[in-house]
Amino acid sequence: MTTITAPEVAPVARPGERRPPLARLTAVELRKLVNTRAGRWLLITIGLVAALIVTIQLVYAPDSEQTFVNFFMPSLLPVGVLLPVLGILSITSEWSQRTALTTFALVPRRERVIVAKLAAVVLAALASVLASLALAAVGTLIADATGGAGTWRIEGSLILHAAVFQVANVLLGAGFGLLLLHTPLAIVAYLVLPIAWSMVGQLVRPLDGAAGWLDSTRTMDPLFTAEMTAAQWGRLGVSLLVWLVVPLLAGLLRTLRREVA
Amino acid sequence: MIAVNQLIKRYGRHTAVEDVSFHCEPGTVTGFLGPNGAGKSTTMRMICGLTPPTSGHATVDGRPYRQLPNPGRTVGVLLDASAQHSGRTGREALAVAAATMGVDRRRVGEMLDRVGLDAVAARRRVRAYSLGMRQRLGLAHALLGNPRVLVLDEPANGLDPEGIFWMRGLLRDFADRGGTVLLSSHLLREVEAVADRLVVIGGGRIVAQGGKDELLAGDGTLVRARDRVALRGALDRAGLPVSEGTDGLLVRADTEAVGQAAAAAGVALTELRPAGGGGLEQLFLSLTAAADSATANTAQTRTNAEPTREALR
Repeated sequence: MTTITAPEVAPVARPGERRPPLARLTAVELRKLVNTRAGRWLLITIGLVAALIVTIQLVYAPDSEQTFVNFFMPSLLPVGVLLPVLGILSITSEWSQRTALTTFALVPRRERVIVAKLAAVVLAALASVLASLALAAVGTLIADATGGAGTWRIEGSLILHAAVFQVANVLLGAGFGLLLLHTPLAIVAYLVLPIAWSMVGQLVRPLDGAAGWLDSTRTMDPLFTAEMTAAQWGRLGVSLLVWLVVPLLAGLLRTLRREVA
Repeated sequence: MIAVNQLIKRYGRHTAVEDVSFHCEPGTVTGFLGPNGAGKSTTMRMICGLTPPTSGHATVDGRPYRQLPNPGRTVGVLLDASAQHSGRTGREALAVAAATMGVDRRRVGEMLDRVGLDAVAARRRVRAYSLGMRQRLGLAHALLGNPRVLVLDEPANGLDPEGIFWMRGLLRDFADRGGTVLLSSHLLREVEAVADRLVVIGGGRIVAQGGKDELLAGDGTLVRARDRVALRGALDRAGLPVSEGTDGLLVRADTEAVGQAAAAAGVALTELRPAGGGGLEQLFLSLTAAADSATANTAQTRTNAEPTREALR
């Protein structure tokens, strides 16, 4: 550890009295994702679900469809449902377990804790894409050996879109968690709101147009294709602004001001 | 060193802390005494930057807590022993804190030893800990960053007599080596044995503070007048040490001196009597009684975990 301290207000600067760097806080938050039973099992479940999807493909898909892309893409959706829960838990468990008291006593600049948490869940989301790719690769190797197509070709844009999809998912969850600061409430709100949106959008004709811009389930759909138009990116951006950026900012403000008891 | 200056905290119309000021010097243990709901925890949370004060400010080591670059290395904080993730092991809870502060991992083991949590206990999840074990873990957490200041809220809660004795020794030793300790309690006897100074709070206000010996020895006089300000002025002019009590002024002088001072200033008294042989103890009991009746009245509106502490008493 380096001990060079800028001569600030403190008359005596002792080693270790420097602000903890964000990278260290992020490492701590990553550790917190895995060092509880709930967090560890959530991550294991995510891995198992992806593996299960690949296995199902190997058993039931016609040989000609046993390609790398076909192993990779279907695993994204179930993982994308679980990642927001990870995002929610990483934020809300501080309040439900009351660890916010110790966390914010050690790092009173709360925004730094939040940024570290967001960085940690984004890294987890990217890791999930790598895991999906690795499992798809295993599936492809097995398919190749057992008479399936075993084709490796994949468009680079598909991998990029998958990364955007998973990062958006985990941050959507984090935003809901940050705004509501309550685990069950955040999970229910996260799961119910998009469904409500889709139903309302289909039932009420005039709202259908708006849903095309605001229903994140619909705007994220094109991410499963290799080509996305500028208009589709625009719609995705608008829906994420409403469901991701706004809750994140409002939640950040709420967390900064909240009394920790 | 802790400096608290005119801290006020209001929740709507309810005032939890009203104009609280005190200092804690290096090398001393300050006992922060008061009945449940007197404002001890709120004051301590304000010191630690967790609760924003309505007005006033507090500094630790010359700086507001939130401006300390790496607070854990300066102040060890134990505000609630139960504020640990129940699914983490004791060792892991400390390891997370050590990583945050940038403290050598070896210190985790050392602190676990220091507070008497053995290897078996350290491997267990906090969920399975008794309150006493949680307090020990919390103390290890507070000591982890090798701080110069300790802020501990009711650290003796849940400790057995042997544990309380051990903790006193630890805090005494910490202060004797130049550290500053602020610890709260709702039991006078609990802090009497270890504190050098006492700050007594009741109904959100400081009702007495000073060296333990003088506070406990002084019989003092309780005096009241309709014109409280004039009385205060008269006593100040007479050079008598005055502190604000809940239902009058507490003067560390005999009744004669107080009566003379009031008469000289032409202040009509409504009450003049010895504060009672028990001195501080008497004061403390009357505070506790007042707080209990107030608690009974407002119990409906209180939402925090105070009842569990009541039960422990």
